[in-house]
Amino acid sequence: MRRLLFKSLVHGPLTEVAPPKDEAAMAELAAQLDRAARLRLGRTLSIREVDAGSCNGCELEIHALNNILYDLERFGMRIVASPRHADVLLVTGPVTTNMREALERTYQATPHPKWVVAVGDCARDGGIFSGSYACVGGVSAVLPVDLHIRGCPPSPIALLRGLLALLEHVDSDAPAGAREV
Amino acid sequence: MIQVIPSMTSLRDVVRQGQAIEVHRPWPRVVVGREIWEQAIGLLEDGQCTLLGLWGTRDFVHMALVGPGLDGPGILSLACEGNRFPSVGRRHAPAIRLERAVRDLVGLEPEGLMDKRAWLDHGTWRLKHPLGQASSASGAPDRYAFLPVEGEGLHQIAVGPVHAGIIEPGHFRFTANGETIARLEERLGYVHKGIESLMAGLPVERAAALAGRVSGDSTVAYALAFARAIEAALAFDIPARAVWLRALMAELERLANHFGDIGAICNDAAFAMLHAQCGLLREQVLRVADRCFGHRLMMDRIVPGGVRCDLPADGVQVIAALIAQIRAHFPELIELYDNTASLQDRTVGTGTLTPTLARQFGAGGYVGRASGRMFDARRMPGYPPYDGLQFEVPVLEDGDVNARLWIRVREVEQSMAIIDQILRQLPSGPIQNPAPARPAMDAGEGVALVEGFRGDVLVWVRLGRDGSIESCHLRDPSWFQWPLLEAVIEGNIVADFPLCNKSFNCSYSGHDL
Repeated sequence: MRRLLFKSLVHGPLTEVAPPKDEAAMAELAAQLDRAARLRLGRTLSIREVDAGSCNGCELEIHALNNILYDLERFGMRIVASPRHADVLLVTGPVTTNMREALERTYQATPHPKWVVAVGDCARDGGIFSGSYACVGGVSAVLPVDLHIRGCPPSPIALLRGLLALLEHVDSDAPAGAREV
Repeated sequence: MIQVIPSMTSLRDVVRQGQAIEVHRPWPRVVVGREIWEQAIGLLEDGQCTLLGLWGTRDFVHMALVGPGLDGPGILSLACEGNRFPSVGRRHAPAIRLERAVRDLVGLEPEGLMDKRAWLDHGTWRLKHPLGQASSASGAPDRYAFLPVEGEGLHQIAVGPVHAGIIEPGHFRFTANGETIARLEERLGYVHKGIESLMAGLPVERAAALAGRVSGDSTVAYALAFARAIEAALAFDIPARAVWLRALMAELERLANHFGDIGAICNDAAFAMLHAQCGLLREQVLRVADRCFGHRLMMDRIVPGGVRCDLPADGVQVIAALIAQIRAHFPELIELYDNTASLQDRTVGTGTLTPTLARQFGAGGYVGRASGRMFDARRMPGYPPYDGLQFEVPVLEDGDVNARLWIRVREVEQSMAIIDQILRQLPSGPIQNPAPARPAMDAGEGVALVEGFRGDVLVWVRLGRDGSIESCHLRDPSWFQWPLLEAVIEGNIVADFPLCNKSFNCSYSGHDL
């Protein structure tokens, strides 16, 4: 173990340079966030992940955000264990009818102010699963969604870009709707 | 000396007695009567064959079996007069959840099944019996009656469906006495998306995309199993290079998942360093996959007829460099695991699965192989190019979290050896054959069994006359692993549940469909 630890000390960090924020996401967010909320949150965001019917592909990439190359926590964002600690719900999947109630309850358990980020193509509108008897079809059919991150699954970089855009807006003093990109 | 009394019937005899479906390939599917169906249940009960799957189509119930005398899974089909069939689960426990799912999805009634609670259908679907005689449903959630538990000092802990980590949804109902778990009852079905119903009537290419999203972590294995089933149904060969590229992707998928699992198991024992290091290895594999095949998880790369994209010009070098990097780094991580007593203290002797249960349930993958069950679909029934490759199938007997971790370590080594051979022998040529414009006259049904990282994935498909999917069944290895998690956790402490769960790493989405 000493050898491994020493190696980690001498070679530089493996962490990637932060990606630029997602411009499209910024535009979507501009209309959603109000100033008071931004002031209250400061520079941190606590994120609760909710799988609402995903194939687990999105979960794998959200997991990757925590590896040493993407290192989500350096941006002040962290994944928390309970919706009661969360500012952001990161929701994946086409929202199965069997998960609808749990998703709604998770949202209700999250204190204000809160944001919902729908991750993946099937969270957007049901995607490949739309039309199923067992799917509601997209997170926005159940909760107000502030940001969509596309991809099947979105890569960790795409996820980071979306979340950074969210953080920037939460953190900025600009009044809602002021930033048009 | 032990006298071995030959049994009256073998699985082969049972299959021979049925009426063979000619358009079913490559292994037999036979229509049987109730008497032969019961004989097969007897074989399962006596441990003379293994249940690989049980599913329903509109008027038939089917079970896939594997055992001595057959070179691959044989399928028995029974016509369900009056929508009923003799329950397999009443005599062979591994079939219980499968039969509960058949009731929900197709509306066929397993006669004699004790547990008649709905399994996948939580009452919220817009249809009742979506794969049978569908009727519209109210969508009002049902109450679920958990099994009663009585005893002094017992308390219950309800967990999920929304869990604390980044994991899929499911409900675990623990009954504990102090810290010790007396019983775990799982409730699944939360991520049921109706995939088999969505597939019906779809052209093959669109159905392949759905098959690749049954369980995202096994997207390569599912795409491969689906493609092989379609190719069997159409009696259709693919170019040699595609066969080898498919295996290359399958082994990269196995590597990525095993690294993720090894790290996550250590993390659940609070040993974060190995989690970080294994996470790095996993990320390196995914980046190479992205570089070589254009997608980190290699989704939609394997299609019926071949593969969608070829390696880039430097692909072989890039993958060889990855393997060299893993070889340089991985052994010292494993040495660290092996030398850390505090970590071993958590994994050794925790969550022990007995070989008897593993065999009875036909547990696939590392769950079965860590408990003495030597089964690997790459060997039996086997499929190209693995029949021409040299590799070992590691087996251990201990059946604890530690053994499941070591099976993964050994499989990482074997996968790297397989990738070496693939890179050396990769044939040149085309990577995709166009599917026949019109299906051959006898185009009909196909079945495939493919070894994913988690275990064997079974896909059965029936094509319609226009070449679209008439019906399809996809069986995840998790069906036979989830019930075993309930068994192994008994007598362990609550704090060891995440460790046991991670060492199984069953798929929720693959199970719920």
